[in-house]
Amino acid sequence: MLSRTAYSIYWMSRYLERADNVARFVAVNAHLILDMGIDREQAQWEPLVQASGDDEDFKKRFNAFDEKSVIHFLTFDAKNPNSILSCVRNARENARTLREVISSEMWESINALYHFVDRHSRKRQVDDLQEFFTTVRTANHLFTGLCENTMSHDEGWQFSKIGRLLERADKTARILDVKYFTLLPTPEYVDSPYDKVEWGAVLKSVSGFEMYLKRFHHANYRDVTQFLILDPFLPRAILHCVNAAADALAVIIEMLDVDVPVQNEMGKLKQMLTETDVDVILAGGLHEFVDVFQFNLNVVDDALYKSFFALDSA
Amino acid sequence: MDFCKYDTAGFYDELIGPDGKPRPGAAALVQQINELPQKDLRRRQKAAERVLHQQGITFSVYGDKKGTEKIFPFDILPRIVPARDWEIMERGLKQRIKALNLFIDDIYNDQKILKDNVIPKSLVLSSDCYLKQCVGLKPPQGIWIHITGTDLVRDADGAYYVLEDNLRCPSGISYVLQNRAILKRTFPNAFQTMRTRPVSDYGDHLYETLRHCAPVGVDEPNIIVLTPGIYNSAYYEHSFLAQQMGVTLAQGSDLTVIDGEVKLRTTRGLERVDVIYRRIDDEFLDPKIFRKDSMLGVPGIIDCYRNGTVTLANAPGTGIADDKAVYAYAPQIIKYYLDEDQILANVPTYICNDEKQRSHVLANLESMVVKAVNLSGGYGMLIGPASTKAERDSFAEKIKANPRDYIAQPTLSLSRSPTIVGERIEGRHVDLRPYILYGESIFVLPGGLTRVALTKGSLVVNSSQGGGSKDTWVLGGDERSMKDILSA
Repeated sequence: MLSRTAYSIYWMSRYLERADNVARFVAVNAHLILDMGIDREQAQWEPLVQASGDDEDFKKRFNAFDEKSVIHFLTFDAKNPNSILSCVRNARENARTLREVISSEMWESINALYHFVDRHSRKRQVDDLQEFFTTVRTANHLFTGLCENTMSHDEGWQFSKIGRLLERADKTARILDVKYFTLLPTPEYVDSPYDKVEWGAVLKSVSGFEMYLKRFHHANYRDVTQFLILDPFLPRAILHCVNAAADALAVIIEMLDVDVPVQNEMGKLKQMLTETDVDVILAGGLHEFVDVFQFNLNVVDDALYKSFFALDSA
Repeated sequence: MDFCKYDTAGFYDELIGPDGKPRPGAAALVQQINELPQKDLRRRQKAAERVLHQQGITFSVYGDKKGTEKIFPFDILPRIVPARDWEIMERGLKQRIKALNLFIDDIYNDQKILKDNVIPKSLVLSSDCYLKQCVGLKPPQGIWIHITGTDLVRDADGAYYVLEDNLRCPSGISYVLQNRAILKRTFPNAFQTMRTRPVSDYGDHLYETLRHCAPVGVDEPNIIVLTPGIYNSAYYEHSFLAQQMGVTLAQGSDLTVIDGEVKLRTTRGLERVDVIYRRIDDEFLDPKIFRKDSMLGVPGIIDCYRNGTVTLANAPGTGIADDKAVYAYAPQIIKYYLDEDQILANVPTYICNDEKQRSHVLANLESMVVKAVNLSGGYGMLIGPASTKAERDSFAEKIKANPRDYIAQPTLSLSRSPTIVGERIEGRHVDLRPYILYGESIFVLPGGLTRVALTKGSLVVNSSQGGGSKDTWVLGGDERSMKDILSA
């Protein structure tokens, strides 16, 4: 497979997964506000931007972290490279270079999503957008299903899987981080009913609420952290994503019969998760853990590039 | 909407004869359309456009900030080619391609035709399309023009004429196949009754053509399509063709030359390439040989081609026979190499470089079409009858300043084909571009791209100038058996 093609497949999946997760991000905050009966004016929207890592860019172009600005920034802002609109557009541009590689069903589903997002980019009211966010999420599920069922499970398919899983691991970490940036009204707030509502919202945003309850029965700080970072079975848990990405990488390496640096870096990322437990993570600080994890994730991404995608390689 | 009030207005009409009745073999289509419920035709047109939009066969509207994307205009009423017409066209095209290929080979090697004074030597060697870098080249199997899309038009007398040969990188074939896929759903009954000949196996034929010209000794060649990239207006077609053949679509940056071989950069490392169907113009192919500033090409690729480690389709240098002043000599070229009379006529052409012909052109600009010898796509043209005095004066100056760069032809009365215009069916002028593949034998795809000038009265069919397209139905004919068709 062309190096450029592998790179485009990887990013096509990453961008769609990113769009899906940004939709989850925004929806969870909107739900929270409703659940907690907070006045619209007092609702916190700043944590979303902080957790997205794009707060510098936001501050340059917007005056306040109000609902309207934040939602616009994360959803339809063409200048924000990580907005839903930009992600879907980039996914489509990548897919356009892959039309002879992917199935026409895959292309047409991305194309339809792009036109859908483009049409909605003229509406700005959050109330109109709940259904929009659901459609974006469903579109990614549809796309993932089409990958599964219409594309040969070859090298390209494995790259698409790695892209999706690494992006998802990153976003689950960021969703956890939203809680870190959210200002607590009082110290007694921790583990209060409101705190439980908040953790419930976080779990719902990664479609993990029901699965969590089966295992832990009620929401608290420690167990949610354990579940979202270290559960090997939940499809959006960080450990599950990293394990599955490492498996896909192993298949590629066997298929191509190559010896590449990314193998080592992926091993280190996995190790970081398997050699720790939730108490160690909480003792060191969740935000600090997320920071280090994201750094290591970028190292893997970089190594993937050097191992397979860089045009001057080989 | 039906044909009851359709008016051919004295033009040669491709579907309706001068007696108001459908042309031979086309009755089923006219009948099906006449029997459709009111507004049904319009609904089918919309449905076809929706499919194109869904499939993303669109282009961005230049300068539109909202990022609006549009489909290329497409009219669902097919253009009909009766079996007998096609038979003549097919023979004529095979003859022409064979002769032009021999001509190109001769020009870059022995130049016999010039020595025998059949064409003025100075005319050929002064062409911008004559590439010195190609002198002495011997492409595999002697084939230079593997893929051609010849533009044909029909004049008021009903005869077909060759307008342009397009021997370099003709585009449009993807629209032939897409238009067909849509029309099979739009008019399934008429399609079947009229025994329309299939085009969907073009990818197979193209693959075999490219395989046939592989470098000597390569049995299972690695074939690729080379595109200038995603921003090229024909990018969709490049990816479509790669998909139809199941081969890799590469950009210049995916290729490199190492040890005299062209290699693809893959996740496994470097992989040798044997045959390149390149959709990049000659001048951008190799910055070492042609344009130094080309970012699209592959440095060193021409050396590989010369040394026979890779085949380029079409070969570089074929534009020499596309030069419109050289085109004027096609009848002599056919006679010289094949000792045959041309089957498909040229449009009478005046070469402005010739003093006598030039004065005739300058005196009759108002009735003529003037073309730059080296341009296509409707660019650099003057259509006399539709021009202003200022435009004619400006062209006269250009012709006098650079006579070698211009030719002129009488303005033809192009045939028309029924087209949906708002709530009515009206006649619009059309041309026809069949596609010809030169591999083990010469194959003409029974179909082609019909381009239609959607603006009332306009003669310019190019998509860059407001033209649209139609599906082209080459009819099977009653006397032909299925076996004849398959073995043709």
